[in-house]
Amino acid sequence: MTGFQRAAGLVLATLLIGQAANAETVRVASKNFTESYILAETAAQLLEARGFDVERRLGLGGTKICFDALRRQEIDVYPEYSGTIRSAILDSDSTGPLDRELRSLGLKTYAPPGFNNTYVLAIRRSVAETLGITRISDLSKANDLDIAVSHEFRARNDGWEALRTHYELSLSVRGIEHALAYQALADGSIDVTDAYSTDGELARAGVTLLDDDLEFFPRYDAVWLARVDLPQPVVDVLGELEAEIDDELMQSLNARAVIDQVPVTTVASDFLRSQGLVSEPTTRNTVLRDLLSNTLTHIQLTMSALVAAATLGVTLAMLVQPFPRLSSALLYVCGLIQTVPSIALLALMIPLFGIGWLPAVIALFLYALLPVVRATLTAFSAIEADHLTVAAALGMNDRETRRYVLLPLAMPHIIAGLRVAAVISIGTATLAAFIGAGGLGQPIVTGLALNDSNLILQGAIPAAVLAVITDLVFDLAERRLVPAHLRRSNLPR
Amino acid sequence: MIAELQSVSVDIAARRILYDIDLSIPSGTIVAAIGASGSGKSTLLRLFNALQRTTRGRVLRDGVPIEKLSLREVRFNTGYALQQIALLPHLSVRDNIALPMRIAGRTEHNISTRVQQLSDRMQLTGEQLDRYPAQLSGGQQQRAGICRALALAPQLLLLDEAFSGLDAITRSETHAQFLAMRGDEINSCLVVTHDLAEARRLADYFVILSDGRIVRQGPRDEVLNDPQDPYAARLIEQCL
Repeated sequence: MTGFQRAAGLVLATLLIGQAANAETVRVASKNFTESYILAETAAQLLEARGFDVERRLGLGGTKICFDALRRQEIDVYPEYSGTIRSAILDSDSTGPLDRELRSLGLKTYAPPGFNNTYVLAIRRSVAETLGITRISDLSKANDLDIAVSHEFRARNDGWEALRTHYELSLSVRGIEHALAYQALADGSIDVTDAYSTDGELARAGVTLLDDDLEFFPRYDAVWLARVDLPQPVVDVLGELEAEIDDELMQSLNARAVIDQVPVTTVASDFLRSQGLVSEPTTRNTVLRDLLSNTLTHIQLTMSALVAAATLGVTLAMLVQPFPRLSSALLYVCGLIQTVPSIALLALMIPLFGIGWLPAVIALFLYALLPVVRATLTAFSAIEADHLTVAAALGMNDRETRRYVLLPLAMPHIIAGLRVAAVISIGTATLAAFIGAGGLGQPIVTGLALNDSNLILQGAIPAAVLAVITDLVFDLAERRLVPAHLRRSNLPR
Repeated sequence: MIAELQSVSVDIAARRILYDIDLSIPSGTIVAAIGASGSGKSTLLRLFNALQRTTRGRVLRDGVPIEKLSLREVRFNTGYALQQIALLPHLSVRDNIALPMRIAGRTEHNISTRVQQLSDRMQLTGEQLDRYPAQLSGGQQQRAGICRALALAPQLLLLDEAFSGLDAITRSETHAQFLAMRGDEINSCLVVTHDLAEARRLADYFVILSDGRIVRQGPRDEVLNDPQDPYAARLIEQCL
C-alpha cells in the first residue's frame, strides 16, 4: 500500500466512524428562535439526566426544515406550536383534533409544556387600571386610546381588521415596528400594541395582557412534535415537563435569555433544578468539547467534498481532455454551478437529499468541482506537444501516458486547484449549518439567532484559522510533491 | 533491409508533404536526410516509428509492412531523439533514461545496469544522473536524450536534429561520442539535419530533400562529388 492509499484509507475510516449513529441516541432539534432553543435544550438536559444520549440539532431552521427533517427521520423530536401545525403543516381549514390529522403523516404531538404562545394585545398597566380594562371587549369602553400594532398584524387577513370586526370595535390604529413597540409602551407614547404572549420583554415592560374573551386568536399551544413511534421512555421524560411551564414562566425564561443574556444552557438547567426535576446542575462547560466536535465535523464535511471533487474532477477532466468541445462544455457546467450563490445551492439540496451531512457534502462537492476541473484542464492543455510525442515514441499506451506524463506534469496545477477548492470549501461549509449539517457554522447560526456575539466568534475564529492552516498544509504538500523548478509559484504565467 | 519506404506519399491537412518517396536503410548504415526546414525531412523520419501514417505507399520494417506489426513492438525497437530533447522535467535524468525500460517491463536490476552502461558511454556522471534535466547543460541534456533513445538497444535509431542548438565545441564532442558507439550500441540510424557538415561527419548515405521530394540520394562521397541535381549542387557548394 502506498502512503497515499494509507492516508486515503485513514480519511475514509475517520469519516465513517464520524457518521456512525448511536441507535440509543435521541436527536433533539429546535427552530431558530430563542424560545425554541430553550425548550429543546431543557428537554435535552432532562433526557441526559435520565440516562439518554442526546444529539442536539438546535436552531435547525424554520418550520419546514424541522418538519421535513422529522419526517425523514433525521431528527426525533422538536418543539412546535398547535397553531403552526394547523396553518403551516396541515395547510387545511379542518378543526378536528390535531393528532387525528397528523396520523396520516406518521406524526404525533406529545406532552404540551403548558403555555400558549399566541398573539395578545398588551396595554400599559397604568392605563388598564385607570380605565378598568382587563379584556379585549373592554376596549369598546375607551375611545381615545392610542393603539399601534406591528405592520404585519395590521396587514394580515386574520390581523387587526378581523379582530375589530370580531369584537365590533370602532377604534383606529397605526402601524409600528414590533421591536420599538415595547419602548413606546414604556415611555407612554402608545397605550396598546400586539405581542406574542411569551415574549420575554412582556415580563419587564409594565403591561397587562388583555384576555381574549371572545376567543378570536387561534391557540398556539406548545407541543412536542415527533413520529408516532417515539419510544415510550422518551415520551415519559417529556411527560415530566407536561404542564410545567405556563405563559408567565415561559416569558421569564425568554427574558433571562434575551434581556439578561444568560446562556440558554444555563436558563434550561436553572429551570430544571427550580422545578425539582434534577438535583445537580445539568449544564457543563462544553465550549472546548463543542469547538473540537464542530471543527471535526467541519473537517469531515470539507474533506469528503474535496476527496470527491478531486477524484471525480480530475477523472472527468482526463476523460474529456482529448475533446475540446466536451472540455469547454464541462467547464461551462461547472462554472454555472459556481454562479449559484452558495446558500441557494445548499437550500436546493434540501428537496433532493433532505437535511444534514449528505446534502451539505454534495453541495460543497459541486462547489469545489470548478477549481479542480479548470486547473486540471488548464494543466493538460499546457503540456508541451513534444512530451506527448515522446510518450508515443516510447510506446506508452494511454494509461502509461497518464501515469508517467500527463498526471505528473499536471500535478502542480492540480494541487493549486485543490488548494483554491479547499479554502473555498472551508468558508462555504460554515453555511452548511443552515441545513443542519453542523460544523463551525453551528455556533455562528446559533449566535445569530440568540444575538450572542461570543457564540458567533466561537465559530468564526476557528473557521478562519482552519482556512489559514489548510492553505499552509497545501503549501507543504506542494513542497513535498513537486520539484522546486516545477512549482507553480515559480512557473512563468 | 532494416527499414524501407516504397512509393510513400504523405498528406497533412490536405497538403502534400512528401511525394512518392523510395528509401532503404540497410543494416549497419547511418543515413542522413538533409534539407531546409519545411522540406519534409522530419515527417519522413516519423514514418519509420509510425508517428506518421502514409497517405499512399508502404513502410516496411525488416520486410514486413509496419501496420502488420504491433505498434508497441515497433516503438520499442526504434529509438527516437529530437532537438527539443523533451526529457520529462519532473523525472531525474536517471529516471528519464530508465523510462523506456520501465515501460517495456524490464527488471530494476536490468535497468540500473543499463543506465550505468549508457551513461558511461555518453560520459554522464552519477551526480548528473541524479539531477533534474533543467539542472543540466544543453549538451548534457542532449546526451541524456540519446541515452534514452538507446535504452532498449533498438534496431533503428531516429535522430531529429538531435545535435542542433549546441555550441560548436560541444557539438563536435557529442558527435565523437556518438560515432564511438557505432557498431555496438548504434546499428542502423537515420539522422535528420539541415547541416551538411554534420551529415558528412556522421553518415554513410545521403538523402537530399527539397519541397517533399528526394532530389538526390546515394553513398556520401558519390553525392558530394557528383550532386547531379541543381538544388543538391547549390546546397553542397554553400555548405562546404
